[in-house]
Amino acid sequence: MTVQELPGAGASHRSTPPAWRPRTDAAPLLPDPEPYRVLGTEAADRLDPELMRRCYAELVRGRRYNAQATALTKQGRLAVYPSTVGQEACEIAAALVLEDQDWLFPSYRDTLAAVARGLDPVQALTLLRGDWHTGYDPREHRIAPLSTPLATQLPHAVGLAHAARLRGDDVVALAMVGDGGTSEGDFHEALNFAAVWQAPVVFLVQNNGFAISVPLAKQTAAPTLAHKAVGYGMPGRLVDGNDIAAMHEVLAEAVRRARAGGGPTLIEAVTYRMEAHTNADDATRYRGDAEVEAWKAHDPIDLLERELTARGIIDEAAIATAREEAETMAAALREGMNADPVVDPMDLFAHVYAEQTDRLREQAAMLRAELEAEDQA
Amino acid sequence: MAQALTRAMRDAMAEDPTVHVMGEDVGTLGGVFRITDGLAKEFGEERCTDTPLAEAGILGAAVGMAMYGLRPVVEMQFDAFAYPAFEQLISHVAKMRNRTRGAMPLPITIRVPYGGGIGGVEHHCDSSEAYYVATPGLTVVTPATVEDAYGLLRASIASDDPVVFLEPKRLYWSKADWRPEAPTPVPGIGKALVRRAGTSATLITYGPSLPVCLEAAEAARQEGWDLEVVDLRSLVPFDENTVVESVRRTGRAVVVHEAGGFGGPGAEIAARVTERCFHHLEAPVLRVTGFDIPYPPPMLEKHHLPGVDRILDAVARLQWEN
Repeated sequence: MTVQELPGAGASHRSTPPAWRPRTDAAPLLPDPEPYRVLGTEAADRLDPELMRRCYAELVRGRRYNAQATALTKQGRLAVYPSTVGQEACEIAAALVLEDQDWLFPSYRDTLAAVARGLDPVQALTLLRGDWHTGYDPREHRIAPLSTPLATQLPHAVGLAHAARLRGDDVVALAMVGDGGTSEGDFHEALNFAAVWQAPVVFLVQNNGFAISVPLAKQTAAPTLAHKAVGYGMPGRLVDGNDIAAMHEVLAEAVRRARAGGGPTLIEAVTYRMEAHTNADDATRYRGDAEVEAWKAHDPIDLLERELTARGIIDEAAIATAREEAETMAAALREGMNADPVVDPMDLFAHVYAEQTDRLREQAAMLRAELEAEDQA
Repeated sequence: MAQALTRAMRDAMAEDPTVHVMGEDVGTLGGVFRITDGLAKEFGEERCTDTPLAEAGILGAAVGMAMYGLRPVVEMQFDAFAYPAFEQLISHVAKMRNRTRGAMPLPITIRVPYGGGIGGVEHHCDSSEAYYVATPGLTVVTPATVEDAYGLLRASIASDDPVVFLEPKRLYWSKADWRPEAPTPVPGIGKALVRRAGTSATLITYGPSLPVCLEAAEAARQEGWDLEVVDLRSLVPFDENTVVESVRRTGRAVVVHEAGGFGGPGAEIAARVTERCFHHLEAPVLRVTGFDIPYPPPMLEKHHLPGVDRILDAVARLQWEN
């Protein structure tokens, strides 16, 4: 085929280059310049009181869960705990917008989202306690294993959502990642696949300001992380991650869109990690108290409590009840975690292959003999 | 061999609707080696899918598909193009069964055309098997015959574990009297086969080096050496017993493969043979491998690849006079 034969090229092949073109108008995909907010704005007039009461109770429980898990690291019951204090609204909203048949793909920081989805808190913490990598059956709860490598769970969410749609099942996958994770190649590949396949996936980036110690400005030169969406041909949404009403609304809309066949959405939740990356991190080396104090004034629980109290949706009694429920949860978690986990050394060989290899049988026999010798000693 | 591989995928897809083929150019084009030729036409683009060009994305998406109950068959276009997918392979594909205590096995087959001898330019001829065999949780197989191309690929797709299926590129066009209407049943994954019986020494090999070893064994007859040739077929699991029985019979062994020798599969095999056959050995176990160099340019590859002469030289070093 010559250039002249190409459709639309006309007599002069210089006039219109016969190039591939973007298929989508970029404008509707771009995020708003400021994070979307509901609490403290007129949009709060349309709050659903029942949903907001539930959100409030879950937030209070979530904060207590963070405090308890952090205490457990200090007691040596957990090897490590990446706290989500300050980010509870993102975690809770992500869990609440999903239906039973939907799937959650959490990162290592998102234990709270898994618990809010209904996972037993002790099972959710086995990875961080160290008795096994994943303490639950992912299929039973539709929660993928907590992913420690960054962003690698995102293509899994795309593949699962794609497979579900091929099978004609009504399933949406919600995948969570941090701001640091958006720099990884898997983030790019997952978003690209999802958009090309129009897979029913929602990508939730919790931009908490730091990838361990590296601030967002050293992570990306994009105007916002939500802007990245337009390059893939999906909508990007920028939302206040400490405003659970806004989080719920934006996530629910993205889930609805995915379920209806509208394809993926990228959501950037602007939030802040109030505590250090983990108990192994010293946050004072890379950020000042003034910044932390400023974010304290924008606490997700306070924001909601103020709004709901002013509107008469919750009262002192409701607040007290929420706190009592959180204490009950914390007591159960303490009790569960204080029991020494029972681990079977022979499990080392049990789940490597469907059928044990000769090599592993030999090594299992070696360990068994060592254990028997220890018993006799 | 190419036709046998195509047929294996076609039969698997026809029998099991959960089998999905995916990769770069596997659809309309039928793959750069035409191994997936006709699958998209017969089963539709949803079951034989041209993906975006991104190996981590392809394998990562396959993980999610397998989590949902599908059996993805992934094509990595060339050996060295699979490297971007290594994090998915090692951190997720190989470990998912283990991480979830058996709750979530991943039945993914990863087809990797590998090895040299086809005059390919750089990044198209790596023998990457050492990376795969060093990763617990992966099954690693490589056919050297047309029957095995069909049989082992069917077994790999049927396996509930992830399988790295290494396809020797230079054997794609090898011919055999193979009738696709009635494929010969072959032993499954994990069984090595004696391809040529002999008494003087054992050549232990796999994949692209099998025909070279068989040729060397024929040539060795002129020297009065009767060589046995063992085709491993499966690197993980490794069929130690077949290898050990052969070496105990012959008393001498040479391991032959294209991958570099240092840290290559031959090092492990030589160690295992030495551990279990020490009192039967008349000579140290030798290795004939590719040099420990990045894969050379096409005009030099004949000097790098283990050929008949180099194998016969090694056999001669096994001290026949004793």
